[in-house]
Amino acid sequence: MGDEFIVETRSLTKEFKGFVAVSDVNLRVRRHTIHALIGPNGAGKTTCFNLVTKFLTPTKGQILFNGTDITHTQPAAIARHGMVRSFQISAVFGHLTVLENVRVALQRKQGKSFQFWRSGECLNELNTRAEELIEAVGVAEYRDTPAGELSYGRKRALEIATTLALDPEMLLLDEPMAGMGAEDVRRTADLIRRVSANRTILMVEHNLSVVADLSDTITVLKLGRVLAEGSYAEISDNPEVVEAYMGSGHGAAGHG
Amino acid sequence: MTLSPSVPSRQKPFILALIGLGLVLPFAVYPVFLMKGLCFGLFAAAFNLLLGYVGLLSFGHAMFFGWSAYLTAYAAKEWGLTPEIAILLGVALATVLGAVVGWLAIRRQGIYFAMITLALAQLGFFVAVQAPMTHGEDGIQGVPRGHLFGLFDLSDTMTMYYFVLAVFVASLLFLHRVVNSPFGQVLKAIRDNEPRAVSLGYEVGRYKLIAFVLSSAFAGLAGSLKSLVFQLASLADVSWHMSGEVVLMTLLGGVGTVLGPMVGAFLVVAIQDFFAGIGSWVIIIQGVIFVVCVLLFRSGMIGVLAPWLKRRGITG
Repeated sequence: MGDEFIVETRSLTKEFKGFVAVSDVNLRVRRHTIHALIGPNGAGKTTCFNLVTKFLTPTKGQILFNGTDITHTQPAAIARHGMVRSFQISAVFGHLTVLENVRVALQRKQGKSFQFWRSGECLNELNTRAEELIEAVGVAEYRDTPAGELSYGRKRALEIATTLALDPEMLLLDEPMAGMGAEDVRRTADLIRRVSANRTILMVEHNLSVVADLSDTITVLKLGRVLAEGSYAEISDNPEVVEAYMGSGHGAAGHG
Repeated sequence: MTLSPSVPSRQKPFILALIGLGLVLPFAVYPVFLMKGLCFGLFAAAFNLLLGYVGLLSFGHAMFFGWSAYLTAYAAKEWGLTPEIAILLGVALATVLGAVVGWLAIRRQGIYFAMITLALAQLGFFVAVQAPMTHGEDGIQGVPRGHLFGLFDLSDTMTMYYFVLAVFVASLLFLHRVVNSPFGQVLKAIRDNEPRAVSLGYEVGRYKLIAFVLSSAFAGLAGSLKSLVFQLASLADVSWHMSGEVVLMTLLGGVGTVLGPMVGAFLVVAIQDFFAGIGSWVIIIQGVIFVVCVLLFRSGMIGVLAPWLKRRGITG
């Protein structure tokens, strides 16, 4: 597959006790693009997402990352290969401070994480980098606040800072805008665009205006299958997609 | 042992004051009672490493406490080993048992984890009932305390007390260090959000296993000390009541705090001693106190006091 695609799935299928959530999906994510996965509820977006990040094991099919078969790799190992995911509900470490949240991500590369006899002081050398990251996403003023006390939008921002701490080649964002107000959506969209430089992003998102605005490629799923793929202009002209979203005979998908 | 540098400077006077209190208290309070409190305080602190910092509720910690007590008692009595060697053997056994039980149990979470630890601990109880070396209902009695390093006669209550105190203080400082180490940071991250810790590239199973083994080793140390203090290792130490009691102590005192388990342990031991005269009613009183605590201050005694202590820069 060469260098063009960073992630490729081949006939990816996931069945749950007779119910097929994802069926024969061949997804190809082009390097250094933002790729969105959309579709009506129950289309298999999140399942697909969990399969790619190895939080679920596929029933059938293959997943390649940078040309390597990762179908049977552990989820923690995926992260170490440079593919890091976020979660639908904000995933921060609530009892750790904002700075500590980012530092936990940074400290893995330090190689001292198993050293239970060592003083936590040695983590302070990571503070400068951690401060840069929380500054970049705009939560620097909450440096010493427990992450659980932040507002929803700031938790999401912190989550992105934590993910960026790993300097991943590829980010997978699971509904990054879920539950956000207009103000936070705008800020987060800017942030995603900024961090997408030299990175590849695959995201599941319901907010179509965000998808239209950010994505280079969009894959539409319906009932576990790929319905359409292309740019926003292409898929919003596709009558099948319009039908999937609106029911037959109503309006266009190009709203919002 | 010097105070670890991770202890903020404002905590040091407080910790030194507590140690000072520990040094003079046996002149005012019955030392055997204090030693009992210290042993159970250490046991609860070890248990708290798992519940408070990894979020794992083990319901089988009596296995490590009890079997370590048996081996130490046996080694001191039957093999005539010095107390430090007998204790080390007990701790080694608890560590090995912890590695096996932990390896099996950490694959599951929540109630399943608790049930697996309980089931394995009950296996340990059954062996203790059947095995000849434990003397069944009688237990191993009349364990000689011996001479520490061949020098200090532990049959002297005060010497024994200071030995227990020294081990207790060193252990608590060590556990405090673990909680604040780079490793401890990862543990707290796993406790707060395990899938996220995985997505950051941490093999959470290994961290949980190491925490489990550390916890069982210190639970074993507590059991070994206890068997020398009371010169007795019995079925009570390895029964599920003991596993339940340590949960009670930790929750009463305040889970996830360094001081909490110690306070809870002293509280439970004090209730048991104070009301010993009224027999099984002690359990009723304990139950009532527990219910009141759960209803009124969920985060335990120290959990409630923590904001006040924090303002004074005492606990972190």
